Amino acid sequence: MAEELIEKIKANVIQGRVNSEDEGFDEGFEGQPATVELVHEAIAGGVDVHSLIVDGLTSGMNVVGEKFESGEYLIPDMLASAEAVGEAMDVLAPHLQNAGVKSKGKVVIATVKGDLHDIGKNIVAIMLKGAGFEIIDLGTDVPGKRILDSVGQNKAEFLGLSALLTTTMREMQNIIEALKEKGIRQDVKVMIGGAPTSPEFAGKIGADVHCADAFQAVEYANSVAEA
Amino acid sequence: MTQAAGKFREGVVVRKPFERLLSEEIRVLDAASTTILERTGILCFNEEAVGIFSDHKCDVQRHDERTYKVKIPARVLKDAISAAPTRVKLGARNPENSLLLDSEVPRIYFGSGSETNIWLDAAIETFKSEQDPGIKRRLPVFTERRGTVERLSTAARLAEELEHLDFFIRPVNIQDEDINEDNHDVNKFYASLANTTKHVQAGLTSLEQLDNVLRIAETIAGGKEALRENPVISFITCTVKSPLQMVDDATQKLIEVVKRGMPIVISSSPQGGSTAPIQEGGMVAQINAEILSGIALSQMVRPGAPVIYGSVPVRARMDNLHDMYGAPEFNQYNIDCIQMARHYRVPCYSTAGVGDSSVPGMQATMEKFFTHLPIAMAGAQYIHYAFGLLERTNIFCPVQAVLDDQHIGMIKMFLSAPRLGEEDIEGAIRQIDKVMDSKQKLYVRFVRKSLRQGLVYSHYPFESNDGEAGVIEKALGRMEELLSRPARELLSTQEDEIFEKVPGILPRLKRQGDRAVL
Repeated sequence: MAEELIEKIKANVIQGRVNSEDEGFDEGFEGQPATVELVHEAIAGGVDVHSLIVDGLTSGMNVVGEKFESGEYLIPDMLASAEAVGEAMDVLAPHLQNAGVKSKGKVVIATVKGDLHDIGKNIVAIMLKGAGFEIIDLGTDVPGKRILDSVGQNKAEFLGLSALLTTTMREMQNIIEALKEKGIRQDVKVMIGGAPTSPEFAGKIGADVHCADAFQAVEYANSVAEA
Repeated sequence: MTQAAGKFREGVVVRKPFERLLSEEIRVLDAASTTILERTGILCFNEEAVGIFSDHKCDVQRHDERTYKVKIPARVLKDAISAAPTRVKLGARNPENSLLLDSEVPRIYFGSGSETNIWLDAAIETFKSEQDPGIKRRLPVFTERRGTVERLSTAARLAEELEHLDFFIRPVNIQDEDINEDNHDVNKFYASLANTTKHVQAGLTSLEQLDNVLRIAETIAGGKEALRENPVISFITCTVKSPLQMVDDATQKLIEVVKRGMPIVISSSPQGGSTAPIQEGGMVAQINAEILSGIALSQMVRPGAPVIYGSVPVRARMDNLHDMYGAPEFNQYNIDCIQMARHYRVPCYSTAGVGDSSVPGMQATMEKFFTHLPIAMAGAQYIHYAFGLLERTNIFCPVQAVLDDQHIGMIKMFLSAPRLGEEDIEGAIRQIDKVMDSKQKLYVRFVRKSLRQGLVYSHYPFESNDGEAGVIEKALGRMEELLSRPARELLSTQEDEIFEKVPGILPRLKRQGDRAVL
């Protein structure tokens, strides 16, 4: 029973189905319980949370990753699956501590002040959440002080900053300087991204890493979390 | 798709075809062509045609010892043209690959052609920089080869696998040492039909071979009547040599094909600036008169004969008098002809995808796209020359055909009808509601099903950071994959029957065991 349920969860992650309203892309899924409903059912049925995460969610995400690598899956598929895992993790959140499952880390993420662009930032947030990180998404046009406060209050291990404009990317440097002034720069890894940014720019302003896309962000965050 | 006409390829119905001519201009050109045929007349080299015109109240006078001047009165012309069917069905080995050409529906199909003499192979080689041997580049190298029955068979196999190729006209001439005038037709039709289940069309080299060619087609279709129901082959004849000369040989072929009830394209290909006026009005008035004279003759031979208005007007290039296809006037002439064919309610055979470039690359892509798109937008039912041609109509390059297939697919998708049904709109509103209720407000996940169903464009499959060399390398990979698929062979019983009934087909085209020996 538990195994069958975990297999179903895995299949729904691969289909990228969050809830029963999602049709997936293969036939036969319409109206059927999807990742969130199945996770609720698993919890109610006393399925081991650790197995559910490892053999259902993570294993499903691994298949998705392989399909993406081979070109069978594209970004929408990856995002849909990551979103399904992220939603499942929200459902599982109250049960994680009892099951001895630790979060990979907290990520404060924001588009900096003066900039309203958030597609890239949102995609990074979905992918990081799907990879098992806890996301505190502050939105767009976020003043530096609010970002600093959030990093401090949440004791975040990561800060993701996004900007699409050459005029707003400079704000990233102000935030890093403010982290230093507040004495918490060494406690948080600063990841930056956005069209006008580059590894050179990241180095110049003192960020830890430049991420060209969401995959690089996940790869970097995983490497820090596993270190 | 299943309709009253049976199953046929969907093609794309162009919603609102691009028009260049106003109604008044169509009337002016129709009047000009009518005047040309009534007053100037055509020179006819074919005795039987002269007799037919004479029997149908045309004014026939001996012009010189070889030709007659035939003048077709306006009323006679009009009556004859109105007898031509508005719809022509072209069949196929696989009936689902049939084509329905309806002059009143701008449903477009793309196909190959013409009879090039050169087959251009491409391969990728690595070159070192002379200045810095550490710098290496992978570049395409092209090799010209003669057309052979083996290469024609390969072209037909490739055509079978190209998704957007709707019909097959042999793109390469067969020049094997054991091919002669007597066995040319049976081998070209057999090599084509044995390797593709799509419609096959060609001109006849020798009229004496017409009945042997029909025997091949009848065996495949299942008999004489079955072939007329499902004409797996059709013919092209360039009856008129511009300006306004109805030639003996091609005219006789038209008469004989029409007598046998098979579909035929009546084509003319004047060159603006040499064999027709370069000015648009004069060119279109003349080519229209030339095609109408052939259609009129066909309907006098057999009223209701299935014919197609074949317009291939080109521009002369003034530095060498070669045909010039990648020219703005080419589109002007051709779109005018598409409109004229629609005016007469006869399906239109048009032309796109020819350029002056001798190799695949930037020039070829530009020139091809410059005609592929506007001719499709104008709604010609049957667009030939669209795959793999280079250096005007001298070279066929299979990897170029693979590139063309991609580009034509993009054009077909662009011209497809919008999906704005009640269900589509309700679905869209549901999607918008869902996204507005979500945290990230992204539509990306809703792309997936449409992407897999081919309803949205993915990306250019031959994309490369190495410029056009990388694009060609990827297209070559695609071509190899397509040609590695199993061939759609004839049934062995059909093959045996054809070899028994039809003389002259090369024994090496017969399968031995599981595969053809090529």
